[in-house]
Amino acid sequence: MKKLLNTLYITLPDAYLALKGENVVIVQDEEVIGRVPLHNLEAICTFGRQGASPALMAACMEKSIAITFLSTSGRFRGRVIGSTKGNVTLRRTQYRFADDEEKSTEISKHFLIGKLYNAKWSLERITRDHALRIDLEKFKTKSAFLSESIQQLTVADNLEVLRGIEGNAASAYFSVMDDMILQQKEDFFYKGRSRRPPLDNVNALLSFVYTLLASDVGAALETVGLDAYVGFLHRDRPGRMSLALDVMEELRSVYADRFVLSLINKKQVQASDFLKKESGAVIMTDKARKEILQLWQKRKEEQITHPFLKEKISWGLVPHAQAMLLARFLRGDLDAYPPFLWK
Amino acid sequence: MTVYDSSEFLSLSGIQHFEFCERQWALIHIEQEWEENVLTIEGNQLHERTDDPFIREKRKGVLYVRGLPVHSAILGLTGICDVVEFYKDENGVTLDKEEGKYLPIPVEYKRGKPKKDQSDIFQLTAQAICLEDMLFCKVSQGSLFYHEIRRRIDVEITEELKKQVKETARRMHEYYQRRHTPRVKTGKHCKNCSLRHICLPELLTKESVASYMKRMLAE
Ligand code: SF4
Repeated sequence: MKKLLNTLYITLPDAYLALKGENVVIVQDEEVIGRVPLHNLEAICTFGRQGASPALMAACMEKSIAITFLSTSGRFRGRVIGSTKGNVTLRRTQYRFADDEEKSTEISKHFLIGKLYNAKWSLERITRDHALRIDLEKFKTKSAFLSESIQQLTVADNLEVLRGIEGNAASAYFSVMDDMILQQKEDFFYKGRSRRPPLDNVNALLSFVYTLLASDVGAALETVGLDAYVGFLHRDRPGRMSLALDVMEELRSVYADRFVLSLINKKQVQASDFLKKESGAVIMTDKARKEILQLWQKRKEEQITHPFLKEKISWGLVPHAQAMLLARFLRGDLDAYPPFLWK
Repeated sequence: MTVYDSSEFLSLSGIQHFEFCERQWALIHIEQEWEENVLTIEGNQLHERTDDPFIREKRKGVLYVRGLPVHSAILGLTGICDVVEFYKDENGVTLDKEEGKYLPIPVEYKRGKPKKDQSDIFQLTAQAICLEDMLFCKVSQGSLFYHEIRRRIDVEITEELKKQVKETARRMHEYYQRRHTPRVKTGKHCKNCSLRHICLPELLTKESVASYMKRMLAE
């Protein structure tokens, strides 16, 4: 499997990206403040307002390095990618499956089984690692509920039913989110999900990390030739990477939530990293964002054994592995899509 | 006999992939999945050669033509011959701007050494059939030049070979029309396959997803 190269994250709001030779150079106030050889990169993600030069975009397209543009607050704005892999057959199969309720249900079922399985084992892991600090009984009940929901998923036969089961299971899981926060409880608490805008520190962190994960998953899907915008569980909505959201379901708890929790529990973020706006919206400071991105990159380098492939890969390659397995299933090489089941 | 329209032509060089592994061919030519090292490198090399200023040169009565585009409607293939040598021959055909009659011999350059399988010979045979179709003559000789051993190996293009190549081309078209990527037949050849990271031959010998799910959910 291909080696994970790095994503270059640009967090300076006024940085401009340009091409010089075979390097991407980061320019601020007409001064070059950084330089990275393109051959070391797999993707570029910028939170800057200034954008990138056409020459850099052309060079990246040629080398199939995707450039993702996010707003300074981390909202996805768009992506520049080279010509998509010519695999029109695979895409057509994807569309055909997406148009077919039964087939969409079969695939979605596996996404959601993955999601609930990983949520369940995230809870189980907490009961194992922090038995003395949490209400064991509560966690065991929620975990049992998730097991039950997984059973229900296996026999569900349409998307509506799947969504219903998932909705209940997700609220069971999130009902102990606050209990998983073991440090800095006065500044970090979870009382429910708020988006656009996030209204507390934990939600601000979750939104930010979900954005990072979604853009990694989207890039992985495009790399194997799938259309990240056409999903099976999430229906099409202009500008939304529905398939990325589908595949991301499995990874939310085990990859994103656990990352957020460890930031808080290891005190890698502090209350001072967040600002509350007059509107109630919570935003992160640039400094915090930069530190989180560094830790995110580090996290991606950690090695694991993929449960289905039984191969050692880094966490950062998990989205690629799942994208590849999904493509394999769509083209008929596998009997089903194997979700990433982690415990 | 099927005669293909030029819009249906497939790449002649694909025949060597097809002979090496049908799945590899499908991954490259149907699914357009290739890694840098396969087609792009071939393409670049070809490019260098067709940029050769001596596109057509004559030495000792032999005419050398480089980078000659060829096709055959019977095979439904199109490609480029590295070099075609034209020898004076009574049974040959007349050529524009040349006196006398000539017969062509395709010469294909390979970077490596002779292979155990027939893939290079098949590619050469397909070129021979194209030349026959385009020039209305009979081609019964071809040569492979292997760079690694710096040797030229003459190949007799028999009727039997031509028959096999026609059959192979027919199968390529059949798969292409169905957009069919054959399942993996793993073997020793996978070790030398540049697409193994995409194909993942090990994957298909693994447990089924159904049993993976069952096993994991049972725990
Ligand atoms: S890895 Fe093996 S089966 Fe797959 S394309 Fe290559 S040679 Fe064929």
